[in-house]
Amino acid sequence: MRPILLSGHERALTQVKYNPDGDIIFSVSKDHVVGAWYSHNGERLGTYHGHQGALWTVDVDPTSTLLATGGADNTMRLWEVKSGKLLKTWDFATSIKRVEFSADGRQLLGVTEKRSGHLGTIVVYDINPDPEADQADDHALRIVCDESKATVAGFSYLARYIIAGHEDGSVSQYDGKTGELLYNTQVHEDDMQVTDLQWAPDRTYFITASKDKSAKLITAESLEVLKTYVTDTPLNSAAMTSVKDFVILGGGQAAMDVTTTSARQGKFEARFYHKIFMEEIGRVRGHFGPLNYVAVHPQGTGYCSGGEDGYVRVHHFDKAYFDFLYEVEREQAQANL
Amino acid sequence: MAPSYENLPMEEDDFDESQIDFTDLEEQFQERLDESLDAFVVIDGLPKVPEENRPKLSKFVLRKLNSVGKVKEDGLFMPLSDEGQTEGYAFVEYNSPAEALAAVKQLHGSPLDKRHTMQVNKLTDIDRYGREGRIKEEYTAPEIPPFEQKEHLRSWLGDSEARDQMVWYRGEKVGVFWNEREEPPESVVDRENWTESFVQWSPQGTYLISMHAQGVQLWGGKAWSRQKRFAHPGVNLVDFSPSEKYFTTWSHRALQVDENHPVPGMSIEEDGKNYVIWDLATGKPLRSFATIDVPSTIDAEGQPVKKKMQWPTFKWSSDDKYVARMTQGQSISVYELPRMNLLDKTSIKIEGVMDFEWAPATPKRDGIKTYEQLFCYWTPELGSNPAKVGLMTIPSKEIVRTRNLFNVSDAKLHWQSEAAYVCVKVDRHSKSKKSLATNLEIFRVREKGVPVEVVDSIKDTVINFAWEPKGNRFVLITAGEIPAQGAAVPPKTSVSFFCPEKTKGGAPGNFRHVRTVDKKNSNAIYWSPKGRFVVVATLQSQQSFDLDFWDLSFDKPKDEKEESEKDLTANLQLMSTAEHYGVTDIEWDPTGRYVTTVASAFRHHMENGYHLYDFKGTLLREEHIDRFKQLIWRPRPPTLLSKEEQTEIRKNLRNYSKVFDEQDLAKKNTANRQVVEARREMLREWLEWRESMIEMLQEEGAEIELNGGKILSNEDADGRVEEIEEIVEEVIEETEEVIG
Repeated sequence: MRPILLSGHERALTQVKYNPDGDIIFSVSKDHVVGAWYSHNGERLGTYHGHQGALWTVDVDPTSTLLATGGADNTMRLWEVKSGKLLKTWDFATSIKRVEFSADGRQLLGVTEKRSGHLGTIVVYDINPDPEADQADDHALRIVCDESKATVAGFSYLARYIIAGHEDGSVSQYDGKTGELLYNTQVHEDDMQVTDLQWAPDRTYFITASKDKSAKLITAESLEVLKTYVTDTPLNSAAMTSVKDFVILGGGQAAMDVTTTSARQGKFEARFYHKIFMEEIGRVRGHFGPLNYVAVHPQGTGYCSGGEDGYVRVHHFDKAYFDFLYEVEREQAQANL
Repeated sequence: MAPSYENLPMEEDDFDESQIDFTDLEEQFQERLDESLDAFVVIDGLPKVPEENRPKLSKFVLRKLNSVGKVKEDGLFMPLSDEGQTEGYAFVEYNSPAEALAAVKQLHGSPLDKRHTMQVNKLTDIDRYGREGRIKEEYTAPEIPPFEQKEHLRSWLGDSEARDQMVWYRGEKVGVFWNEREEPPESVVDRENWTESFVQWSPQGTYLISMHAQGVQLWGGKAWSRQKRFAHPGVNLVDFSPSEKYFTTWSHRALQVDENHPVPGMSIEEDGKNYVIWDLATGKPLRSFATIDVPSTIDAEGQPVKKKMQWPTFKWSSDDKYVARMTQGQSISVYELPRMNLLDKTSIKIEGVMDFEWAPATPKRDGIKTYEQLFCYWTPELGSNPAKVGLMTIPSKEIVRTRNLFNVSDAKLHWQSEAAYVCVKVDRHSKSKKSLATNLEIFRVREKGVPVEVVDSIKDTVINFAWEPKGNRFVLITAGEIPAQGAAVPPKTSVSFFCPEKTKGGAPGNFRHVRTVDKKNSNAIYWSPKGRFVVVATLQSQQSFDLDFWDLSFDKPKDEKEESEKDLTANLQLMSTAEHYGVTDIEWDPTGRYVTTVASAFRHHMENGYHLYDFKGTLLREEHIDRFKQLIWRPRPPTLLSKEEQTEIRKNLRNYSKVFDEQDLAKKNTANRQVVEARREMLREWLEWRESMIEMLQEEGAEIELNGGKILSNEDADGRVEEIEEIVEEVIEETEEVIG
């Protein structure tokens, strides 16, 4: 499993995403540039220029037509994937920490940062999937987080709920239509920020990563914690693999402490755990800074990670990975034949 | 429950302070208002003499009293009885309370003549303890509590699987565990705040020692209850005698024991002392000592050199009969246990003595009928006298052997565990004092006349040396060049193995060099307690964390034996090499089956935890535990089997091991079955839940979600499939040729 190194960014990566077909990887970094890459060989497809500050987040719609980005220049932008044309810019008072399309691509949410005088919010826009059409100026929904600011958020199946992870380690469930807070529960340790929230393909459950060194698998319906994955390092990201029942966790010593710690001690490894049995299966080394984001190919054939070191590492799984089965899984597979 | 030192079970609820009767405490600790009486002492035990002899007696007594302070003029009052005789007691007023105190301390119990012993007490004490009501008029015999069955202190040795125990100290928790090889260790007991600084086992494993600000506590038995406690405020270190009868506690702060600072079990004699030697059975101090200040030396730059304290300061002889302390450069004081009196009432004067070491076993010397204890010492060059190494027997104080040495800069004494040899590692400097080399002077203690063999083939300085326990081979590590001040990279080291030659009679012959391994970073040697296997490791290093597992009696096929090593009693083989990042401590279990390596939070905070290896260096388990500080194996007492019985067992090892193999297999199978069962259950639950979710989505009509997030385009829905042909061309090799 020799990785492909994408070295087009000059500063730390903040998020990487595959499009639904898995042939393109989008990456955003603190160097203000959005990159698009062919996932199979790591060739650069193009870049999207326009942002005036560090980028925090990127997402692509289900048809790979539209791309949404958000960053420290207090704007959320919509691009045409094909041409790189900037379609729409929404301005805010604070930076955008997270953007995400709904499953049907007709809604887009953005998480805004909290700053003196401005509470953290989650804004939702209706999106017209036609790149030629005008997009709405005004948000369809605005959720104000007056307790603890949201750090990550996403749409559940059928956009029924909006699930948000908070700075204090809790997870909230909002009504997707009204924005009403339905439920809030402390899933991670107190004041241990939820750093990532990624959905299972059918959006009935999700995985959260936290600074409390653990990742949790949670149902969208009841926010019930199904599984917990415990590591020995603060986590920045957690992703689920399709085909195989694994999760990939990424993190490492906080970026500000990195200069004082060796790569070994920083634990800059992608860790594979079995999703159901919660046991560690393996680790992939390579980054020399913390992993800021891990994304899995939608067809489950590989994964990529973006690091504080400025590199994206794209991995394609080899045969041994697919052959690996626990004894009980093998039994199950044979029973289903 | 957190066992605090006082172990006071306090009910939190409805605690009313005013309800407590403090009168007993008030009486005991009442302020002594009349300070002026502090200068008075009462003397008892004087002879009863008629009035005319009173001045003579007064004069005699005064001479004694004035030896520690100044008695006030007319300060001695000896009352007369009705018969005109003195009463056998006297009242004395000193000039100051301090002098009175000194008199009590130094004169109490001192003999006047053969029949009379002086008892000196403070007047205030007489008043305090002898007041009416404090002492009952009638004698009542002290109540002897009925015999109570105590817990079996060695129950752990009866484990059916012969497992070993170890203590872990991590975070604030101390726990004792059974070692389970590959399986996680089985907890025996785990308590919060069991100790305040560290834990320690007694040398035979009977007790676990916990350290507290107020003193030390000993724990043991099946229930891990407190067996004993010893009050020594501010205690820093503890050292046990080999058979666990006595032990020493030390605190760098001198003890303060007086009326205002009472310490349970201690008397005024312990005031100002640093070391206390205890009798474990009675729980009482035997004797206490103050620290001897080592004369501080000044280095080349005029900075005072901080002398490292030698620990243990009081060294025990192997039979627990003697304990000795050295006054550096002057003498060695040997005390007899349990009375703790100085042997023959004098210290043994050895001019210039730098270090001494007791033989770790009673040496059985050839041609000597009564075996005595033995210690080895060395003195540096003094004027024109050469440096010397000597062996002295105790109690006869006979010097068995001395040897003169020249150009000595330092020496270290290494006894073999059975006291068969003592190796003196002598660091020698050249005439110019620029380069250093090391000699090994090996004394064959058991042989007649104690012959000395010199190994001087070593060019470099030896930084570490270790005998094989119960064997006669040794390993040493040499360092190439002493690193320049502040050098970031330590010098490369070499590891050398030595063994005796084979001789016809089977007795160990001369020591011969077996092999040297160059370009290592190793600096530590850990022999298996049973000998044969040794771990050579790199500790306290920033870059290197190697662990080399060596076998010195490897069974090589005959024809592969190297010609040069044929007549040696060793067959060296590197079994395995491992690495443990940040390793700080290494320890063998008492049976020599396992080795643990620890990255202790006492030294650094990187990847604290431990590794468990078997004797041949196979990693069995590794665990990272936050703030892991100590892992110590519980020692085992010496075996009760005779030598013959042991050989018998070794002969039939195969029969025994068969049984153990079966047990292991059965255990493994049940454990595996449980794990598999648990996984099967987890998988079943998961699949069920997924099924219910998919059903729910189908009911809701969530097509995109069911399709894994991809939107079905119209074309796909119509069944028209777009075919994409992908041609992959792989260039395997390219060659260019010029044709024609």
